[in-house]
Amino acid sequence: MGKTLQKIKVSKVNEMPKNLGKTVTIGSHEIALFHLANGEFRAIENRCPHKGGVLVEGIVSGDHVFCPMHDWKISVKNGEVQKPDNGCVKTFNVEIEDGNVYIVL
Amino acid sequence: MAKQKLALIGNGMAGVRCIEEILKIQPDRFEVTVFGSEPHPNYDRIQLSNVLQGATTIDDITINDWNWYKENNITLFSGETVTNIDTVKQIIYSDTNREVEYDQLILATGSIPFILPIKGADKKGVTAFRNIEDCEKMIEYSKNNKKAAVIGGGLLGLEAARGLLNLGMQVDVIHLSEYLMDRQLDPTAGKMLQRELESQGMNFYLGKQTQEVLGEIDVKGLRFSDGEEISADLVVMAVGIKPNVQLAKNCGIPVNRGIIVDDYMETGIPNIYSVGECAEHREMVYGLVAPLYEQGKVLAKRICGQESKAYEGSVLSTKLKVSGVDVFSAGEIFEDEKAKSIKEFNEWNGTYKKVMIRNGKISGAVLFGDTKESNNLLSMINKNADVSEYLKVGTSGEPSVSLVTSMSHEEIVCGCNGVTKGDIVTAIESKGLTSIEEVKGCTSASRSCGGCKPLVGDILELTLGADFSKSNQKESICTCTTLSRDEVVAEIREKNLTHTREVMNVLGWNTSDGCSKCKPALNYYLGMIHPVEYEDEKESRYVNERLHANIQKDGTFSVVPRMYGGVTNPEQLRKIANVADKYNVKLLKVTGGQRIDMFGVEKEDLPGVWADLDMPSGYAYGKTLRTVKTCVGENFCRFGTQDSIGLGIALEKKFERVGTPHKVKMAVSACPRNCAESGIKDLGVVGVDGAWEIYIGGNGGTHLRAAELLCKVKTSDEVIEITGAYIQHYRETANYLERTSVWVERVGFDTIKTIIGDKQKRNELNQRLDEALSVLQEPWKEIIESNAIQTGLFQKVKIPAISNK
Ligand SMILES: Cc1cc2nc3c(=O)[nH]c(=O)nc-3n(C[C@H](O)[C@H](O)[C@H](O)COP(=O)(O)OP(=O)(O)OC[C@H]3O[C@@H](n4cnc5c(N)ncnc54)[C@H](O)[C@@H]3O)c2cc1C
Ligand code: SF4
Ligand code: FES
Repeated sequence: MGKTLQKIKVSKVNEMPKNLGKTVTIGSHEIALFHLANGEFRAIENRCPHKGGVLVEGIVSGDHVFCPMHDWKISVKNGEVQKPDNGCVKTFNVEIEDGNVYIVL
Repeated sequence: MAKQKLALIGNGMAGVRCIEEILKIQPDRFEVTVFGSEPHPNYDRIQLSNVLQGATTIDDITINDWNWYKENNITLFSGETVTNIDTVKQIIYSDTNREVEYDQLILATGSIPFILPIKGADKKGVTAFRNIEDCEKMIEYSKNNKKAAVIGGGLLGLEAARGLLNLGMQVDVIHLSEYLMDRQLDPTAGKMLQRELESQGMNFYLGKQTQEVLGEIDVKGLRFSDGEEISADLVVMAVGIKPNVQLAKNCGIPVNRGIIVDDYMETGIPNIYSVGECAEHREMVYGLVAPLYEQGKVLAKRICGQESKAYEGSVLSTKLKVSGVDVFSAGEIFEDEKAKSIKEFNEWNGTYKKVMIRNGKISGAVLFGDTKESNNLLSMINKNADVSEYLKVGTSGEPSVSLVTSMSHEEIVCGCNGVTKGDIVTAIESKGLTSIEEVKGCTSASRSCGGCKPLVGDILELTLGADFSKSNQKESICTCTTLSRDEVVAEIREKNLTHTREVMNVLGWNTSDGCSKCKPALNYYLGMIHPVEYEDEKESRYVNERLHANIQKDGTFSVVPRMYGGVTNPEQLRKIANVADKYNVKLLKVTGGQRIDMFGVEKEDLPGVWADLDMPSGYAYGKTLRTVKTCVGENFCRFGTQDSIGLGIALEKKFERVGTPHKVKMAVSACPRNCAESGIKDLGVVGVDGAWEIYIGGNGGTHLRAAELLCKVKTSDEVIEITGAYIQHYRETANYLERTSVWVERVGFDTIKTIIGDKQKRNELNQRLDEALSVLQEPWKEIIESNAIQTGLFQKVKIPAISNK
């Protein structure tokens, strides 16, 4: 009965410049996948809780992305909106294997 | 031990603030239940005026969103009205037949707007101005109707009237008294206000009593008691509010005008308290948030069983939220036998000041036109200061720091958010804050109307003492550093820094990776200083400049191809039409800068669109030269004295693509009729017989400003030379994101004129600009030719739905 997790290949590590994001659509999920300055990959829902801004296009600084619409600051690690604003977005697990990036759903 | 049950009736500003105060003191003591008739989480009612005026939106005025209730384990029944309270068994009943027991109960039911009991008041198109639904109704009406009548010339009525004007309606304001805001202003200030608002387009009927609302089903107009009639499609009643006490009354809680409370907000029934506009304290009912927040603080301590100072009433102060109008009023405002005033009236400037003195103490004030002194005066009124202190301050010039010194820790600094001096000092000390921005982030002080910003600055200065540096306050480029723009630029030059991360490291940024403010700024400064060597960092660019297109709110992009001087031809138009068809462009629009904008292009289609267009980027997204708007000029126009199109094209070809602190717009008109609007451009050129006039620092946007005449030259080559020097000087000295209109005012028009007037300086500036221009590439072409950029920046990954069997 339980839902089996699936690993879905979405990109190659070397195809993603650091500090930038890529839009990944899997079924009905629209995901913002980020390659951070420290080499990690992180994935969050591509929809700002404020007014639905596309987070994937935001400026990435450390563990945070700044929404390109009205500059909300959102953690790409836990999806939480930073003060003084409130809210959160979904996060997705990312795995790296053999130079490929996978999202686990 | 089981938690105590705390219930709140009224999910509004006063009640919820009181709950916040309680959570601050004892987050876990109570099991909290909140009932609210409105179907919204707690929102900032004050901002409804700004919503109506178009300065903010309904989505933006939530104070505590649904999550907040969850996170704090508060049970919220929204859209549910309490209908009865059994004060003996301590049970609340709601209109959905819910029963909730309580140990302690707070009534914060607010007010209801007063609707004049006149004939026709129930017609369609009559509304109050109290909640989100009223606001939405007015906005809806303004779409299909022309004429609005606002009954009531007080704060609320005038704010509503301004909003309706902004929504494109004609507005009549009807007021019973002979002058506006008669409860807060004296006749002199009231008349000045009237003149100002008339110049904004409001029409007034003063000394008029409304007798009847006319119309069949829908409103058609109003009739006054003197028989005069006016027409109206929308009537807003803003004639006052009355405390919402029916529920309390029905349940036997003692009520006068409001629910009677003592100095600790206790009602006449055990375990029931009341705060907000529904409460009556020492025969006063308050209708502004600052006193309500004070009440909430006192009550929070009481309910948590802490020692607290009694609530002793508040002095009221008012500010009208209508842009372009500065009025302030506090305390008592009318002279009598014992109360005397000091007045200053400057008819020429349109300013007025009246300070009231009773028994030698400052007791009230009215300001019109210039409200800089309002904070000082309010504080003096609150602490009942001696008139000698006021007179001393008036002459000594630097009063403010001494003012915050003498404030007590409990005194409210930010009325909108109820932040006290003590809250601010504690935040500064415990979190090591050094700027007003940081204080705002941590405490919310100055977040709403911003009126208390100067006081917050003074408190910072006082608290930090020697560590306080004025230069840090305004100019640090963002909260990641205390360095100003000039300091950062000097360090980059001196230490020859070449990379944004290096700047952050070497100059001791307090974040390791910067933020959305400093990254683009540093990227710009580095490029300006090392035009040839510096490699632009795409990841430090705002999305529009990174992807070379304008992002729209739905995440699609718009594309504007270059059309030099606003001139096009059939071939270009055909290409644009074909691309629009092929890529399903949603909207084609001619821009304010005479170009064609194609809206609704998907990110991954951008390179294809550009390839098919085969035209250079119009840079409609860039901090660079946007467009040179031109009039048709001597070739066709009977007034034209010069070739405006030719010069416009030459300017655009010469200066396109070079990065500037903010966007730069230009225009060339061939005669002073100025069809290209050269007077509101960063650089505008106007042809006169045998010469060109050059104007600088104009702006038609947020900082509306007429350009100033820099000089008059004979030839087009000279125009280009002056323009080059001007652009480069702006590049080198302006703050990132500072438009020329602001820059010209900051550094001074005369200073700029002197520098550009100096032949040698002008040559040097042009040389440095030419160096920067020499390395620029056409960005669209660069992207079309690079697979790496296309996969890295433009590609989207699409995977069809996965099956989960
Ligand atoms: C357009 C506008 C502009 C304003 N501008 C300013 C300003 O610039 N400065 C300022 O200080 N103040 C301003 N005010 C006034 C300020 O908004 C009010 O003083 C404040 O909101 C009062 O707070 P409250 O909690 O007492 O009442 P409210 O905020 O009205 O909250 C009471 C809530 O209780 C609910 N309720 C009532 N009865 C029941 C029941 N039986 N069961 C369940 N729920 C119930 C109501 O639906 C309401 O949501 C403005 C008001 C308006 C309308
Ligand atoms: S600015 Fe003068 S020359 Fe140019 S189009 Fe207008 S009237 Fe003609
Ligand atoms: S939509 Fe993200 S900040 Fe507004």
